[in-house]
Amino acid sequence: MTVDWSSWFPANPLWGVLLTVGVYFLANRLFQKARQTPLLHPVLVSVLVIIGLLWWWELDYAAYMSGGQLIHFLLGPATVALAWPLYQSWPTFKRCLWPVLVAVTCGILVGATSAIYLAAWLGASELTQLSLAPKSVTTPVAIVVSEQLGGLPALTAGFVIITGVVGAMFGAQIFRWMGVDDPRVSGLAMGVSAHGVGTARAWQLDHTMGAYSGLGMGVAAVMVAFVLPPWLWLLGWL
Amino acid sequence: MRWLLGLGVLIAYDQLGQWLMRTVQWPIPGSVVGMMLMFLTLLLIKQPPTAVVQASMSLLKHLAFFFVPAGVGILLLFDLLANEWLAMLVSMVLSTVISLLFTAQLMQWLLPATVDRTADDG
Repeated sequence: MTVDWSSWFPANPLWGVLLTVGVYFLANRLFQKARQTPLLHPVLVSVLVIIGLLWWWELDYAAYMSGGQLIHFLLGPATVALAWPLYQSWPTFKRCLWPVLVAVTCGILVGATSAIYLAAWLGASELTQLSLAPKSVTTPVAIVVSEQLGGLPALTAGFVIITGVVGAMFGAQIFRWMGVDDPRVSGLAMGVSAHGVGTARAWQLDHTMGAYSGLGMGVAAVMVAFVLPPWLWLLGWL
Repeated sequence: MRWLLGLGVLIAYDQLGQWLMRTVQWPIPGSVVGMMLMFLTLLLIKQPPTAVVQASMSLLKHLAFFFVPAGVGILLLFDLLANEWLAMLVSMVLSTVISLLFTAQLMQWLLPATVDRTADDG
């Protein structure tokens, strides 16, 4: 017996909200059970499960997004909310304002430039290259910057999460290999390269590292919007 | 109720940022401008308002949840992914490693010159 899921799935947008809430709740439980291993990041799991369910129910993205956009709209206010942790790190930030500003700005530009050139060298399309550029900053900001650069926000959202997972997984090993023992240095690099996912990992490792990672992530979120578009324009990518 | 008021304030700052950038026609995301305005407000008023703090913390605690819908959008890009996934993955992993190495090296080089290391305990 076949059921016509596409007519069963009501046109009511709240279904999309319910689906997202339910799947994310379970994915988050799984993530906590797995002691927050970055590979099982709840966004990664939720996205894959929801895509699977939509495919199974033969629903298109528009049907899901009528509800999904209600959640998506809150990304703007959530970006504003980042002012709070940045404010909390202000006493730290004040003490080393210039080193942080310079390191963060150069860090995001080097990260973005290396991603773009590597992708171009490996034969990826221009759309992919531009979508890769803002991948190291927190998702809500990366999405709007990607839109501005002419990339694909959905693709950027995926890149951001995977980048965070990569940074969180290999960050500590890389710092050990480099001989970096100052948690302020490793924290800042983590926040600049792997945003919130890396910051969550940094908190698990060391408190100073977590604080500096949060600082790096916050400053990067602001700086990227100002420096990345003119930088790519200078390089002739825009 | 406090929490709801805080959310209202966050939305207002976001909208203010959007409106400002549309008015002056700068290519800076409005939400980032809203964040900077909120940061300045917090610095200026000294005593952070409980409503905004509560709303911010609950949004940020589950920040990841809010980008699930955008992530699901990747299903529209199946062909692109099928063709370019290897280039995407390699450039993502390598550039993340480069970014970690470079930022840490630069920060290490910049820090001792300006800040006394021993003054940062605790």
